[in-house]
This record gives sequence, C-alpha cells and structure tokens, in this order.
Amino acid sequence: MSKPQKQIHLAAHFPGVNNTTVWSDPKAGSHIEFSSFVHFAQTAERAKFDFLFLAEGLRLREQGGKIYDLDVVGRPDTFTVLAALAAVTEHLGLTGTINSTFNEPYEVARQFASLDHLSGGRSAWNVVTSWDAFTGENFRRGGFLPQEHRYSRAKEFLATANELFDSWRGDEIVADLATGVFLDDAKAGSFVHTGPHFDIHGQFNVPRSPQGRPVIFQAGDSEEGREFAASSADAIFSRYATLDGGRAFYTDVKNRLAKYGRRHDELLILPAASFVLGDTDEEAEELAKEVRRLQVSGATAIKHLEFVWNRDLSGYDPEGPLPDVDPDVSDNHIAKGRAQVRMYRDPLATAREWRELAAANNWSIRDLVIETSNRQNFIGSPETVARTINEYVQADASDGFILVPHITPSGLDVFADKVVPLLQEQGVFRTEYEGPTLRHQLGLAHPDETANQRAAS
Amino acid sequence: MSSTPSSPLHLAVALDGTGWHPASWREQVARPRDLFTAGYWADQVAEAEGGLLDFVTLEDGLGLQSSLYGELDGRTDQVRGRLDAVLTASRIAPLTRHIGLVPTVIVTHTEPFHISKAIATLDYVSTGRAGVRVQISARPHEADHFGRRTFPPISLAELRTPAGQERLTDLFDEAADYVEAVRRLWDSWEDDAEIRDVATGRFIDRDKLHYIDFEGKYFSVKGPSITPRPPQGQPLVTSLAHQTVPYRLVARQTDVGYVTPQDSEDARAIVAEIRTEQEAAGRADELLHIFGDLVVFLDDDQAAAEDRRARLDALAGEPYTSDARVFAGTPAQLADLLQEFAEAGLSGFRLRPAVAGHDLPAVTRGLVPELQRRGAFRTAYEADTLRGLLGLSRPANRYAATTTATVTATA
Repeated sequence: MSKPQKQIHLAAHFPGVNNTTVWSDPKAGSHIEFSSFVHFAQTAERAKFDFLFLAEGLRLREQGGKIYDLDVVGRPDTFTVLAALAAVTEHLGLTGTINSTFNEPYEVARQFASLDHLSGGRSAWNVVTSWDAFTGENFRRGGFLPQEHRYSRAKEFLATANELFDSWRGDEIVADLATGVFLDDAKAGSFVHTGPHFDIHGQFNVPRSPQGRPVIFQAGDSEEGREFAASSADAIFSRYATLDGGRAFYTDVKNRLAKYGRRHDELLILPAASFVLGDTDEEAEELAKEVRRLQVSGATAIKHLEFVWNRDLSGYDPEGPLPDVDPDVSDNHIAKGRAQVRMYRDPLATAREWRELAAANNWSIRDLVIETSNRQNFIGSPETVARTINEYVQADASDGFILVPHITPSGLDVFADKVVPLLQEQGVFRTEYEGPTLRHQLGLAHPDETANQRAAS
Repeated sequence: MSSTPSSPLHLAVALDGTGWHPASWREQVARPRDLFTAGYWADQVAEAEGGLLDFVTLEDGLGLQSSLYGELDGRTDQVRGRLDAVLTASRIAPLTRHIGLVPTVIVTHTEPFHISKAIATLDYVSTGRAGVRVQISARPHEADHFGRRTFPPISLAELRTPAGQERLTDLFDEAADYVEAVRRLWDSWEDDAEIRDVATGRFIDRDKLHYIDFEGKYFSVKGPSITPRPPQGQPLVTSLAHQTVPYRLVARQTDVGYVTPQDSEDARAIVAEIRTEQEAAGRADELLHIFGDLVVFLDDDQAAAEDRRARLDALAGEPYTSDARVFAGTPAQLADLLQEFAEAGLSGFRLRPAVAGHDLPAVTRGLVPELQRRGAFRTAYEADTLRGLLGLSRPANRYAATTTATVTATA
C-alpha cells in the first residue's frame, strides 16, 4: 500500500526587517500601520492558512556603530498586534516570537494565556533566545546572560511557563449565584518553581485558556536548539527549505523524538520559504531576477559583504571586484543585533570561496551577493509552485511552509488566489478549517489529552 | 485652570471584572462566566462608547485579587483571575472607533522598553486612542512571582508609617523614572524618520532616530524604540493618587490624575496640592486633568440604589468600603454632585460602576443624557484621538531639531 498523502500546512510570515522585503516597490505599504496587518491576516485566513507569524527584534540593528538604514526599520509590539488581529480574524492562528532572555515567565505566561482566551484558542509562541549585551542595554538586567547559558534559560523559561499554564485545571470557576461560590478551589493557580534561573512561587492569575498552553515553536538550529525542539516544541520554524537540506533536517529532528517519548507526528517541521510567481515559469524567473536586484542594492551588497569581512568596506565599489584584504576574525563584530552573522562560522574560508566564485563567473560584489544570499525558494507558475511544494512535503522535506512574501502587505494575495486553489484541488490542503483552535489546524492534541495518553500508556 | 460650572465635563469609566462591589458577580446581569472572553469586554466598551465617554480604564494586577492589600485572602466567594489589560484593550480597539482605551500597567515588575512599544502599538491599532494607567505594587506576594526582589510584608496601615512612606517614595520614584523612559522612547523616532529614499537606498533617516540614554537609580535604557512614534505622539499617561507622594507623580509625569475626594472641600485641597507640585515641576502651562474617582450605584430613585447597595452588602457579608467616595442615588443627584466637584477644580470623573452590567448602562443612558441636558457633556465625539477628546494637543518631539520646537512654542 502506498503511503497516504500528507496534508500540507501553510503559514504567512509578515515581511520582516531584512533585505528580502522590498520596500522600494511602489506597491509596498506600511510595516507599522494596523491596516497592513489586517490585509495580510485576512488574506491568509481567506486562503485557509494555519497561522500568521510575527518575528521580533528588541534592538534596532547597527553596523559600524550606526543604526542600519537600508532595510525596513521598526515594527510594532508582537503581543499587541496579535491581540488586535484576533478581532479581525476567526480561525487564523496567531504566532508570536517572544524572547526568553529579556522577559520573565510570570508575565509572558499571562500574556500568552490572555491572548489564547482573547482569540478563542489561537495563540502560539516561537520561543527564542538571545544573550547579547547589545540588546540587553534596553532592559533592566542588561547583558546578564552568558552565551552558553541561553538554552538552559530558554528551557527553564518554557518549563516554568508550562507550570504556570498548568496551574489551573480549567474547571475551577463555578460562579454559582445561589451558593455564592465563585471559585471551587482557593489554591487555583498555585505554583512553586525552584531552579538555577528562576526561583518563584505564588498563584498564577489567568485561568486555563482554551488550548491549555499556546502551541510552542522553536527556531534555533544548533545541536542544543534541535534537542530543545525535540523535547519541548510542537513545531520548528526551520531555515531548511531546499529538498535535500529539508530532508536531512527533517530526519535528524524527527529521529530525536523517541528518546523524549514523543511520536513522529507530535512535532511539525515548517521552514521559512519565499516565492515568486508568474503566469509562466519563464516570466517567474525573469521576475525573480528583478526582485533580487531590488533586494540587493549596491549599498546593501557592501553591507552584506561586511557581515563576512567584519570591516568597513564603504570605500569599495559594489560594481567592482571583491576586496583583496582578508576578513577581520576578532570577536567584536561590525554588525550588531543580527543572527545572520553567525551563519558564517569560518569567514576566511567563506571569503576565499567567494573570491573564487566571483573570479570564475566574472561577478562584481553586487552580483556575488545577489547570487549567494537569500535565494528565492519557489519560483514559477502557480502550477509549478503548487507541484513543487507538494513534492517537498510528500518527500518529507517538511510538513509545510511558512511563506515570506517580499511585498507588504499584498505579497501574499497572488499565492492565496492562484496557488492555494491548486493545492486544494489536489486534495492536499484544507478547504475548510478543521476546528476553532490552532491545535485543530495543526493536528496537535490538547495538552490534557497528551497527558492522559502518557498516563494511560 | 479650574473648570467653570458650565464647561463640559470629561467622563471615563473604570472597568474591573463584573464591577467594583465584591458581590457584583452574583447579580443576574453580571455574566461572571464570560469574564475571560473577548465578547464580554467588547460589550462593556461598546456600551461606554455608546455613551460618548472619553475613555475606559481596565484594571490589572500581577497577582490574584485580594480583599487585603499586602497578601492573598484565600477567598473563593469573589471574582478571582483576570486577563492582561493591554491585550484586552488591543483586542477591543478594532471594534471601536472613538473611545479611548487606557489599560493598567504595573511598573514595578515590568520593562519600560516592552511597555513603551506595547502602548505605542495600542495607539497604532486604535489609530490614536491609547493611554496607560501606571500603578506600583508593594505587595510581597507579587514580587515573589518574579523572584528578582524581595518585599517585606505590608498592610495599608503600615504604608502610612514613616517606613511605609519611605518604601512608597522609592516605588513612586521608580515609577517616575519608568514613565520618563517610556515617554522618551515614544519620542525616540521623529515623525518623519521613515523616508524610503530609493535613490540612496535608505529606508530611514537615521539622524531622526535617537538614543534615549536613560540612566536612573533603578534601570537604564538605551533606545531607540523598535516602534516608530505613535499617532498621538505621546499616548495619554494617567495615575491614581491618594496622598502627597503619588500626587507628585501625577503632577510631574501624567496627563490625567485620578483622585478620591470625599467632598468639595477635600477636592479643592487636593487640586491645590497637585497644582503646586505641577508648578514646581515646571509644568504650569501644561494641561493636566484632575479627575475624581467615584463608585456609583445608579437607579431611578435613591431608595432603589440604596436598597441595591444594601442587598449586595448582605450577599458579601460586610458593608462595602472604598478608597473613593461611594455614591448611591439617581442620575440627577450624581450630576449635581459632579458639577459641585467641578466647581472645586476637577475637570472630569472616572466612575467605577458597582455592578458593571447595571451601573455602566445607568451612566451611559441615565447620567450622560442628564449632563447633556445641562450642557455639561458632549453630544457627539468631537475629535479622532484620545488627546483630542481631552483638549490635549499633539506634543512636539523632545528630540526634534530646536528650530521646530521654537516655532511651535511661539505659534
């Protein structure tokens, strides 16, 4: 018997503060005004997407000691936007990236439990870590956390938040007018947590929310990050959107589940992916090239090269050859507030490789950056893109994709109108929402059911 | 600066659970089982907007409610549990058009950076109707929820001792620093910082973004905010105050202070004290509203209101007391009292409905028409922003080039 067809999960990533977002296009709207978020969320819901995804940054990026000004700069507060979007959508999941370093579990658990109540069970939390003193300068504790402790804090933060979510059973509020009993348990919400990062106790003040706990996402790619996801997450926001890279990551992470007593389908793998659509594949290819030129201006190309070289390269011509000088490999990095710079773990090797590539192809700095950075994942006609996405999912490169359009807020419209109907025709994407909560769309059990199954087995 | 009797009053309502009387949830109109749904809060705010009120405040706290100040009471006969006020306000914002939304934020345990962008964002989602009510917490059990500081036991009586005053002063000094940092963050982007200059590839003019470099005794914040300057420039900052230490916060840092006078003479004295502090803070020429807080039981005749209060007290097992004056009577009697208070220098009122399901509609459908008949309340919303409703102009940005500031000041 052949393997049953997997159902695809799709999500919409609000275009972010990096150069994949093309703000110079005349169609590009505000990244701040609520109307942009409403358009984007309602498009995703019209297309029956699983959820909307918001990233977060807690300090404006700097390069060479100055605020980076070439990409979109600025964004609204994650929680506040998601709560407002709950008013203009009915089924769409609301996923927020929230940092576990510059927050406290009691407050974050209150915010997610409140968001879950206010959205009727549609909240999700992408748990991220940071440690840098640069971001810490905006917060009470400054750069208090050593890098090697960031996952231990994140894990304990999430475990503590789960204790708070679970501190109410869900049936304590009886509100009996006749007897005058509001709460049937004076100890509702009681918790005690003692650990290296948090030593807290008391009573949590938000009753259990519709989903019990928000859906948990994890985004880190390190060994520690993968273990964290396998032990504690419901889904991974991954960066492996290619067929081979995706399959390798998928297999690796899913194989880690058994040791935590978890089933294969209890963790979804959802890579971020960009797309460019045209009426034909050729038209899409042309359009994709155009988009790449818009994403990488000459000025952006120089700044991008500085991530690797870690030097001021402002004197170089973006249309000219790569610098002869080698990267500065000292710890003090020219770019602040960017996870991207950590991708280049051996800058000397990267520089060598790029020089060879540029020489072999006769590429300028700008050409090289265009060719090596941020390739679009899905390029083609709606038929091609729908077929490719389905092939990737059926081949276990992922369980679906978190799509990142390059235009705010209308960049998702064409995907919703042209690609989604094809996936629906193929029977691999929903035509109606499965239920009221995000767990329903993702096929994830309510935490109470999971706990009961574990107890019974 | 005092209002004349004929000048229109400003009206807000303070929303807290099913109402301010601890037995309010037991009334048939109360809907206690809906308290944790968006629909409940949407209905409350729609009712307030129907009455053309200036704004609603939403109570909040970082611990369970308690009938005691400094500790939990273990009671199960009153409403316990609540949703985050900022998120509730944001959830309601797209469903309303005119009314201001002023959630409570506990400044003692939260981050000014996070709250600054949250309120700025509430201002964006409501297109200019956001405010914040700042509150301190001296409660040891709430500090224990964070594990970062240990507070000694405290009662309301102890807060009045010299040691208690010292602690309060410390917490309010921190609150003043907090508001200062939040306000600087709101100004950390100039209004025209986003330029989208395709020729140079620059999205922003970074000379129009500013480090706030706030450094105080309790924390420091670098800035700039990640969120651009909100539509109102500076969303409304408000605070409740009962004595000199918090009056100082009201005078130095807020746009609206809520006070709790028992009578006109009391109101006059409080207003005088705050105005003196306001002058000392160099804000004499700024509009600072002083609102009176009142708990209200409103019915068509006074006996009915008093009976209702007595019935609720019987259910609660004790007479209801409050920091604010408790009023039980008719809309006309309440209108008389408000106008009398206005003569003493209050420019508005924050009414606390004893039973939200009864007394909020009594405010919007009884008190408001009564005040309108007297020419003392608006008959239509006259502005698009909360600052506008309160007669507050959109302030110049403290970081904008001085030439602009001078022009504004002399205009």
